[in-house]
Amino acid sequence: MLAFIASTVFCFVMWLLLTFNGNFWQTDELVAGIVMACIAGFASRKILVKDFKLANPKRWLFILAYLPRFFYEMAKANFDVAYRVLTGRINPGIVKISPGLKSDVAITTLANSITLTPGTLSVDVDEEKNLYIHWINVKKEVLKKMPRDYKPICSNFPDWARRIGE
Amino acid sequence: MIWEIIYIFLGIGVAFNILASIGLLRFPDVYTRLHAGTKCTTFGSIFICLAAMIYGLWKWHAGDKQMIVITIHTLFALIAILLTNPTGAHAIARAAHRSGIKPVKAVVDDLEGKNV
Amino acid sequence: MNPFMITLVLVLLSIAIAIIRVLLGPTVPDRVVGLDTINTLVIASMILFGVAKKEIIYIDVAIVYALLSYITTLFIAKYLQGGKL
Repeated sequence: MLAFIASTVFCFVMWLLLTFNGNFWQTDELVAGIVMACIAGFASRKILVKDFKLANPKRWLFILAYLPRFFYEMAKANFDVAYRVLTGRINPGIVKISPGLKSDVAITTLANSITLTPGTLSVDVDEEKNLYIHWINVKKEVLKKMPRDYKPICSNFPDWARRIGE
Repeated sequence: MIWEIIYIFLGIGVAFNILASIGLLRFPDVYTRLHAGTKCTTFGSIFICLAAMIYGLWKWHAGDKQMIVITIHTLFALIAILLTNPTGAHAIARAAHRSGIKPVKAVVDDLEGKNV
Repeated sequence: MNPFMITLVLVLLSIAIAIIRVLLGPTVPDRVVGLDTINTLVIASMILFGVAKKEIIYIDVAIVYALLSYITTLFIAKYLQGGKL
């Protein structure tokens, strides 16, 4: 029931944003929106709301604090890719890291962040939540020991993902 | 003043989009092409959407009520791009590795021979 | 001339460059990477066209196109790796 109410409110806010045209909404628009939001919320209540971890406001603060750092890393990534496009110097390889995260939200956040940040692209994930990462410029010192150190690959993104999703 | 900001944002966006296409042509295998095709187009599209949003907000502030709609809908498109682009790249990379394509000139391949 | 229109022409030029990779691509995943890139560029050019002509309907089409092209990419990837759909 709580999941139904949460997804209905979410759908109704989306409807309000998408139908806003500079003036206040008409009454018929609001009524049609409530009916549509009830139907869509009932259909998607098990997909949108799995658990109520994201209802904690502390996680939203962490997401907001994470965004500027993420954007900085992303800009750095693009200049790195631009350099490699223009010069053609690559040294690729696929490495395995074990970030030790449990929940799906955390591993999705980490995988998407890794894909958009310098020189790395997540390829696969197995049952123990180990990530396989295609790295465009493999450094020598990471290859020496077998449980790879994730510091040079994705700095401290696993800590951020743990704070947001666990 | 606002026109200059819009010019700069559009210029950055177009430069990275063209760079993505050139990278798609120049890189040697699927995985490195995904690097170019995903990161550069996402970054370029963010700047193009920001330019459109600034334009909409500016015209709305100048008195045209309809133009706020451009800002809100472009924000929705930007969120859709940001959420879907890395996931699509991840799916293509996994499919390529499972269908047996080796990374060219790879120095290490931990996923080699593992049938997940 | 409208700066959004000039930007649109340049984005279309980069789509044309990406089409060369789709035509050349030695393997099927190469072509899919090219198509995925073209999808994102088409979304950007739809937004630019909508802003240049002040027609909001193009931006709505861009949102729907983004979600549908994502589902298409996922299905092609699933088909390539040989699993059940």
